[in-house]
Amino acid sequence: MTEREKKTKVGIKELSPIDVYKLLPKTNCKECGQENCMAFATKIVNREVNIDQCPPLLKKENEKAYKQLKEMLKPAVKEVVVGVGDKAVKIGGKLVMYRHEFTYFNPTAIAIDVTDEMPEDELLSRVKKTENFSYEYIGYTLKLNMIAVRCTSGDPEKFKSAVKKVVENTELPLILCTLNPNVAEAGLMAAPKANPLLYAANMDNWKDMAELAIMYSCPLVASAPNDLDMLMSLSKTLHAYGVQDIVLDPGTFPNEGLADTLNNFTMLRRAACKAGEELAGLPLMGVPMAAWIDKGDAADEIVKWREAYLAAMLIVRYADVLVMHGADGWSLLPNTVLRQNIYTDPRKPVAVEPGLKVFGTPDENSPVFFTTNFALTYYTVASDIENSKTNAYLIVVDTEGSAVDSGVAGRKLTAEKVADAIKETGVESKVKHRKLIIPGKASRISGEIEELSGWKVQVGPRDSSEIPKYLVEKWQP
Amino acid sequence: MAEKKKKDEDASGLALSSDIMELLAKFQEIELEDFELEVKDLELWLESGALPRQLMPQLKAAPGLKGKPAELMMTQFARPIENYPGKIVEVTLGATKAEGGSRGRTITIGGETSPAFYSFERPMVHPPVVTLDVFDMEVPLTKAVKMHVKDVIGDPAAWAKLAVDKFGADMVTVHLISIDPLLKNATPKDAVKTIEEITQAVDVPLVIGGCGDPVKDADVFAEIAETFAGERFLISSITADMDVERCAKFVKKNGHVALSFTPMDLNLARELNRRLYDFLSNEDIVMDLTTAALGYGLDYAFTNMERARLGGLMGDVELAHPMSSGTTNAWAAREAWLKMGADWEPRELRGPLWEVTTALTLLLAGVDLFMMMHPAAVKTLKDVTAHLVSGKKADACKFVDWVSMKP
Repeated sequence: MTEREKKTKVGIKELSPIDVYKLLPKTNCKECGQENCMAFATKIVNREVNIDQCPPLLKKENEKAYKQLKEMLKPAVKEVVVGVGDKAVKIGGKLVMYRHEFTYFNPTAIAIDVTDEMPEDELLSRVKKTENFSYEYIGYTLKLNMIAVRCTSGDPEKFKSAVKKVVENTELPLILCTLNPNVAEAGLMAAPKANPLLYAANMDNWKDMAELAIMYSCPLVASAPNDLDMLMSLSKTLHAYGVQDIVLDPGTFPNEGLADTLNNFTMLRRAACKAGEELAGLPLMGVPMAAWIDKGDAADEIVKWREAYLAAMLIVRYADVLVMHGADGWSLLPNTVLRQNIYTDPRKPVAVEPGLKVFGTPDENSPVFFTTNFALTYYTVASDIENSKTNAYLIVVDTEGSAVDSGVAGRKLTAEKVADAIKETGVESKVKHRKLIIPGKASRISGEIEELSGWKVQVGPRDSSEIPKYLVEKWQP
Repeated sequence: MAEKKKKDEDASGLALSSDIMELLAKFQEIELEDFELEVKDLELWLESGALPRQLMPQLKAAPGLKGKPAELMMTQFARPIENYPGKIVEVTLGATKAEGGSRGRTITIGGETSPAFYSFERPMVHPPVVTLDVFDMEVPLTKAVKMHVKDVIGDPAAWAKLAVDKFGADMVTVHLISIDPLLKNATPKDAVKTIEEITQAVDVPLVIGGCGDPVKDADVFAEIAETFAGERFLISSITADMDVERCAKFVKKNGHVALSFTPMDLNLARELNRRLYDFLSNEDIVMDLTTAALGYGLDYAFTNMERARLGGLMGDVELAHPMSSGTTNAWAAREAWLKMGADWEPRELRGPLWEVTTALTLLLAGVDLFMMMHPAAVKTLKDVTAHLVSGKKADACKFVDWVSMKP
């Protein structure tokens, strides 16, 4: 990229709706679904809509403006699509280095590995297990995203047959892992239309791998372990060669290599986001399963543990795709939750609307609960009450977005607030009884609540998952 | 003792597997029970709380084809180094005999001039440290934690000793839960006695934790500050709804350090720090911006801390304090302790990993002092930190083996 180009690229923070609006057709035709072009421009800047949703802009006469907009909105880290169909994953597409600067897009894709020497039933069971991994978490379903097929045999035919088995049994996108172009080609022949991510081009095989990536028009990983000069050289060369989609692998090193690992990921992302370095502005691949290289005589659980925390650090430090070997629920759950956390939009409020929530069709004898308006607390409690199939009222107290425990500690959740909320929500006219079930973690203010509200307090469970059980055992109007 | 510890640390890379395994192996003997709630009404929120490189000539590579490079186009990576106008203040915890205290050593945290572990830019000045939780009375603990401390529950001095000698704690946090007027309502004198026992049992710097009652905590802290003048305890914590002036004065007069605790809001953090500056110097303040558990607001905590640290480095002195995290709060997440069914077990591993994940996320945001609970989580955090500051290089050659290895 030339100096001039670097300067003309608008930083995400400086981009205003006006900049975008100027280039739109200004027809106010509402074909995009927005009220007018300015509203559309605002949504574009907030990345809530895509410029392709503006039909007039796609017309021939607006081609120049379209291209200018594309360039203006181009993320610091290029977005690369792997796979096809509903399960295709987008990796990269990052606009900023720190999530508070905007928000992160495209959560880190997690791939689980299989090998071409695995017995068929083991291979299929790993694929199914990966596909079926699912955890419901505050309204989101946490999933795994890809299958990495590794060639451990060195035999192209074996690899081909393993890849074939995988594509026949899952629509999850693939990563084909081999440094041998012969083997790679065999794998690609088994999945010619699957748009797999090809791993990897290095300083020795880059030309053959580049040819394959072009021939099968699939994304290609450039790999240069702990050598950023070589990685940039590969990035530059592959670009020049005509490879469209490139992913960077700076190497993942457990234990003593942790500092180099974090430094490489951090430097690459900073070069992309802060220095506008396009050769570095590509999705980054992390390989936590490198923890298994030095397994030694360590128990499997220990290696899974190391792999898991290495993955966690890479989710925080800019990895866009991860390859993992440990496929246990206990080790993957923390990472899938962490990924969801890091990729939530920090622009969204922490709090939900306070007030009275109704579950099912409560009557004058139905139980009354209260919780805080911290979004996570509220959704957790709401989902537990829903699951209990109980007809109930839930008073959402305004704690300025504090959870129950931190609210009590930080005096954001007080007996006064609870008493006020009982009055304001009008729940007293909806039920005959005067019994309030409070969160177990708010027990220390139970006396004060009784005093101020005149209601009788029943201390509920410390965790709302026990609400159904609690209602059966303890609730009587 | 110190020598032995040093030796252990040097060997930590090798010792890691066996040690953690030992810590975790016990879970197999323990019958799985639900979360224990022995003190039902207790509030447990811690404020501060390869393949051979076989190139194939026969592949239809087209060297020299028009426009396609025939050779690698060599280029250099420009390392993106930045300078920051600010510096995180250095705070020393604990005082030795020569310094007017009785601790065997002091611990200094802070001093960063770059974001956390940007060691390509500048080395970490003082690696983060871990202080382990010790409770002065029986508290509800999950099985995964309880199995490691069951012999010392109710004996804070023995608990502190276990934390230091066996679990490798750099410091100990004494949670004076029993002073809570809604629980045992123990007196300031009782609390002093507990601290006295602990200072006898261990010689690491201490964190003095209260019960969360703003009035009672101040009374107890005052008594402890005076009795243990010169020890440079970290008083955990001073909150906006306490008598800030009174607290700051007894912290200053007796040579301790204040932990300035605010509920996840940088403006409130600045405000409280400003109030403390009237009485304390910057070197006497550590801040706690609130830690939420993985899955229960960790994103807010992470971003808040990352922003604070970047702000401090950019010259916002009101945020340029070392940060403490009540990482134990990770256990507030039900996924850390709940029996969830075969697909997610064993929870004896899931739980401490939950704490590790919470800790490492915040380590990368810039936390300097971790208040932690599970020994395996503590061990991992210490090992990771040791690796990160070791100055050792990655073994790049071995990495490619991941493609073809057979675990």
